[in-house]
Amino acid sequence: MAALYEGYTLCGLVQAQNQSDSGIQGIESERDSDHVVVTDSTRSVTLYKVSDQKPLGSWTVKQGQTLTCSAVYNSHTKEYVAVSDNKVSSDVWRVHSVPGGEPVVLFQRGAVRLLDSLLSAPQQPVEEVLAQEEAIRWSTTVIAEAAQFVIFQTEQKGDHFLYLQRPNLNAVQRYRLEREEPGLSPLSFSASYRDKHINLLYLYPNGHVYQSVVSVRGPGMEEEAQALPLPRNLLFALPVGEGLLGAASALALDEAHVAVVGVPHPSAGAGKDFLCIWNTNFQTLQAGKEMSGKIYGQLWSYSSKLFIPHGKSLSVIPYECPKSSLASALGKLRQARTEGEMRKIHTNNNTEIKRTVSHLSLCYTSCTLSSTSTAPVEEVQREVEGLLSRSDIQELQPSVGQLASSLVSRSVADPAFYTPGTLAQLVHTQCLCHSVCPDLLLLALERKDYFLCQLCLQLFPDVPEAVTCACLKTFIRCSEKLSIVVVDAQGAVLPTVFFQHGLEVLQTAYSDTFLLPHLKDLSSQQVILFLQYLQFLYLRYSQDTFTQTHGLRSPTLTQIMDWVCLLLDAHFTVLVMTPEAKGLLLNLHRFVKSQVRLFSELGKIEGSLEELQKIKVKKEVGQYSIEVIELF
Amino acid sequence: MGEFKVHRVRFFDYMPSAIRAMAFNSRTERLALSRADGALEVFNFADSYFQEKVIPGQDGRAVEALCWVRGRLFSAGLNGEITEYDLENLRPKYTMEAYGGPVWTICSNSQGTHLAIGCEDGTVKIFEVLEETIRFQRNLDRQKGRIISLSWHPSGALIAAGMMDMIKVFNAESGHATHRLLVERGVGASKSREVVVWSVAFLSDHTIISGDSAGKVQVWDGVTGTLVRTHLVTKWDVLALSVSRDESSLLAGTSEGTVVQFQFISSTVDQHDKEWVRTRTFKNHTHDVRALAHTDTAVVSGGMDTQLVVRPLLEKVEKNTQESALRKIAFPHRSLVSCGKKAGMLLFQFHGHLELWRLGESDGHGKPGDSLPVKRKPEKLIQLKRKGDDHICCSALSPCGGWLAYSTISSVRLYRLQYNGSNISITKVAKLPKVLRSAHQLCFSSDSSKLFASTTHSSVIIIALSQSECKYLHTLRPKSGTRQPVHLMSASEDGKWLATANSDCEIHVYSLHKLKLHCTVPVYSSCPTAMAIHPTTSNLVMVHADQQIFEYSLVQKEYTEWSRKLQKQGLHHLWLARDTPITHLTFNPRNPAHIIMHDTYMFCIIDQNLPLPDQKTLFYNQMTLRSLPEPERTSHSHSFKICKTFQHLLCVSLLEDHSLVVVERPLLDIASQLPAPVRQKKFAT
Repeated sequence: MAALYEGYTLCGLVQAQNQSDSGIQGIESERDSDHVVVTDSTRSVTLYKVSDQKPLGSWTVKQGQTLTCSAVYNSHTKEYVAVSDNKVSSDVWRVHSVPGGEPVVLFQRGAVRLLDSLLSAPQQPVEEVLAQEEAIRWSTTVIAEAAQFVIFQTEQKGDHFLYLQRPNLNAVQRYRLEREEPGLSPLSFSASYRDKHINLLYLYPNGHVYQSVVSVRGPGMEEEAQALPLPRNLLFALPVGEGLLGAASALALDEAHVAVVGVPHPSAGAGKDFLCIWNTNFQTLQAGKEMSGKIYGQLWSYSSKLFIPHGKSLSVIPYECPKSSLASALGKLRQARTEGEMRKIHTNNNTEIKRTVSHLSLCYTSCTLSSTSTAPVEEVQREVEGLLSRSDIQELQPSVGQLASSLVSRSVADPAFYTPGTLAQLVHTQCLCHSVCPDLLLLALERKDYFLCQLCLQLFPDVPEAVTCACLKTFIRCSEKLSIVVVDAQGAVLPTVFFQHGLEVLQTAYSDTFLLPHLKDLSSQQVILFLQYLQFLYLRYSQDTFTQTHGLRSPTLTQIMDWVCLLLDAHFTVLVMTPEAKGLLLNLHRFVKSQVRLFSELGKIEGSLEELQKIKVKKEVGQYSIEVIELF
Repeated sequence: MGEFKVHRVRFFDYMPSAIRAMAFNSRTERLALSRADGALEVFNFADSYFQEKVIPGQDGRAVEALCWVRGRLFSAGLNGEITEYDLENLRPKYTMEAYGGPVWTICSNSQGTHLAIGCEDGTVKIFEVLEETIRFQRNLDRQKGRIISLSWHPSGALIAAGMMDMIKVFNAESGHATHRLLVERGVGASKSREVVVWSVAFLSDHTIISGDSAGKVQVWDGVTGTLVRTHLVTKWDVLALSVSRDESSLLAGTSEGTVVQFQFISSTVDQHDKEWVRTRTFKNHTHDVRALAHTDTAVVSGGMDTQLVVRPLLEKVEKNTQESALRKIAFPHRSLVSCGKKAGMLLFQFHGHLELWRLGESDGHGKPGDSLPVKRKPEKLIQLKRKGDDHICCSALSPCGGWLAYSTISSVRLYRLQYNGSNISITKVAKLPKVLRSAHQLCFSSDSSKLFASTTHSSVIIIALSQSECKYLHTLRPKSGTRQPVHLMSASEDGKWLATANSDCEIHVYSLHKLKLHCTVPVYSSCPTAMAIHPTTSNLVMVHADQQIFEYSLVQKEYTEWSRKLQKQGLHHLWLARDTPITHLTFNPRNPAHIIMHDTYMFCIIDQNLPLPDQKTLFYNQMTLRSLPEPERTSHSHSFKICKTFQHLLCVSLLEDHSLVVVERPLLDIASQLPAPVRQKKFAT
């Protein structure tokens, strides 16, 4: 589950004359993750050390001059590059620089030059790429496959185009954006490189967030050739509240998360002063934060920190987007039945989140993390206990996953190392799920820690069917070896071990199609035992004496029936051919038959009672009334 | 047609009595049935199941069994008496003490010469049927334990008797028991309880069939005295058996309300050995089926739930005809309500008392569909308990509400009522003319100056009423020489005419001015069920059990033009398909063309000015007409205006202020007052 942490102010904003402007032209990363260069909209550039919240240096151009694009840091030369009054040889739109890439200059008419080449020949002619009346609205640069791309978006008479340029090859790809509702232009763009494609994310004032994927090996554009249509898919239709969005921005944080600013929180009315993180895969709101003061629709993100100008300050908000899993995306567990036991944290999807994490607890986490990889079992235990007791678990959610993963990987690597209690504790926090730490359950199985297995099956909402089946097999196998038994109504003998563990297996979430192939791997003996067990449960349920046996979490009748169906489905032919199964199947059939009869009777009752309902609707007529009728 | 203000009355708590016994006379096609209150009813199955005769009950008379001997009807009951009924005067003809304690059963031999009764003291008594009476002949060998059921072998030589735990077969000549068939008790808890053989049937092939309290229908070989077959048909009692005349079908009635049919057939094709095979189950009752009759075409059943059910056997009747429809007879085919039109009063007739009610009032006006605010609630003015043991057979309230009369089989009582709006006083008229001993029907003239009472042989006694005295005026006698009782009587509004109808289907009209028979309406084959004389045209309108309507001009002494047109064109098939008779008929003084009549499920206003519906016309067209714009209605309307808003009607009448009174008695209300059935009703069956 993604999280936004407590932010802090980096600097105050110098209000420009124009109130709708934040006064910040751009924020660029500097030498490392902790330094940024902030260019204000007039004359000055300031270097900040982010974690210290303090400026390290500042430059100002002469009075009368203005900086027309944000200053960038050239990591090769350790220099800062800024443009004043647009001018180099032709009007400059922006200078872009990314770590590992060379600074490039994008001219207002669409030409792209490497800074070096431009500086070596300042008076070189700059061609016009754009058409008349076509103007750049947004641009960025992306490193993809060791090549640098300059991406910019233009507008021409209401049409929007996207250009991909490789400065050193002079190859241009030009795409036409599909038209949104008439008159709507994209409010913000964000581009990132993933899987040999450049992913574009753009937000329209009607709250629609589109994603377009452009291949970096796209066809080069012939001169004057038609722009290709840019395919897009709607990622979200964000709630916009009243009217259209004014100042808003969407920024892709990773492949599954998008930060959005200036869009209303779905459960907090129409106010647009929110910063939210959405999961694109599951379309769920992951975290939200109300920003005080005006939102300018500007948003930058550098090394897990969001930079957002609002009101009279520029805030830095650390965030975390752990690897997305169904469980974390949904934010709640599937077993709604046990809601009472679940912590509220899992249903916080729609409640306003005011989650905070102090620097202190973050620090603890990192300390604990480092100790898990080396310290002996007892110390790890102590550390984790300490961590869990010190902080609000809600704040810890992302780090619990990291902790568990590191403990598991150490246990896997070192057969002597195993911390069942600590792992159980971590599972108990209910901040874990299978997809966050896929090896945990398998480790528990391997170490025959059935308690932990059960706990995982109980608390993980996303145990894959293969793993569920592996657990089932292990339980059956170990019960075959043990001799403590429970005798069911038919005198069939059931091992208690299985009796206890099986219950959890039955209650895990699964999908028939995925489970079926794994179920087929069971041997016929295992199937018979399991079926026996299911029948036993079924009978007990029908006698209505079982529901709260031993204080165990018990599966519902429907869950039991589903498993019976699945098992029969997977092994019917085998069972029919197995002589030992015959009695079992006949018993089952007899019982099911009687149940069907019972239910058909119940159906009749229902029918009759429905009739009663109908009768009630009839108008009550008393002993006497005087009515008016009309005959025609 | 217009708007009507309707007094919707549901406070008549009429409760029919449970059916106890039944006997079907296949020669006359009459079904006699007795009810728990001792009343006897005769239905004419040949005339649309019309209830042509009712003999009121009597306190202390409980009829346990009925038996026809040719046209004569006998009953026996737990009071220990055998009664023969006078079906012409609707009263017991004589009653004979059997001297054997309570009598459980009575049955005659097929020759009709002897009656056998089964007594509590263990004797079977044989009576000889004589011309006018019966005579005790002898006792068969006395047994230990009561005789519950009896059946003669068709030859008349043997009698089977159902007892406790056994069946005995007697030689009717010698009186000795020849066989003892032991009937097995029920299982479980009922093992300790004696099994009661509620019913036996002795067939010509010497098969004896029994139905018992353990829920069994058993087939016995009467020659060897061995049990052939046992059919367990219910968890409760098999209370009644009835065999078809050709002995190919048998019915068994159970406490569960079911009737189970058995048929004597080969169980497999190509096999000549026939056996009794259970074939069908009918479930038309909610309670015990106490009485059964197997007619040639139908299953007739009745019991605790008070309804007489005629369920045609579909293989015996033509399908999709009137005859093939299930019939439930819930209400008597005569009116139990008299309406004091001018006074806004209603008189309700129960078998033990009368209730006089004044209707409520409302001053509001409303649009159709509205319920008006009731300004004054209806009020029960008098509850009059009858005197003596005999139940009330008829009653009447004068139109002005000033007189009230009722009759039992032994006396007529007349009361003067004085009501001033808040207080009511009732005075019994002390000296009634001696000639007025009992009446089959009572009726006041419209000006309340005369009381008409029909007595023996369809004659009518006229009594003049005045404040000071009531005087015998005259006796009107029909010339036909009929011996049948009058079941309908109607005086004209103008005081000129009086019409009577009797069970011979005769309708006589008397001139009240001349005090003599004016005319006899041509006899129609079906019995009239309602009739009335039009206040201005003096036309007599009659409706018959077969649903035919006739209008006869008393002045012209011939059927009117409208009546002929109606007969020529024929009534609509949906009108003829109704299965309850019209029991009351009245006119609308505001519109002389309107005739108002009702059966149990609807009331109808016939507008004689409108065209008659032909067979293709949409007959029940009120909803259609309502949806049409007004100008188009006339082209779609026909003379039968039928309203089904009010149901299970006991009376529909028109008051002097032109408001309608409908007296409803929902069958559900009756059912809710019945005792709980033996078995909880199974849902959805």
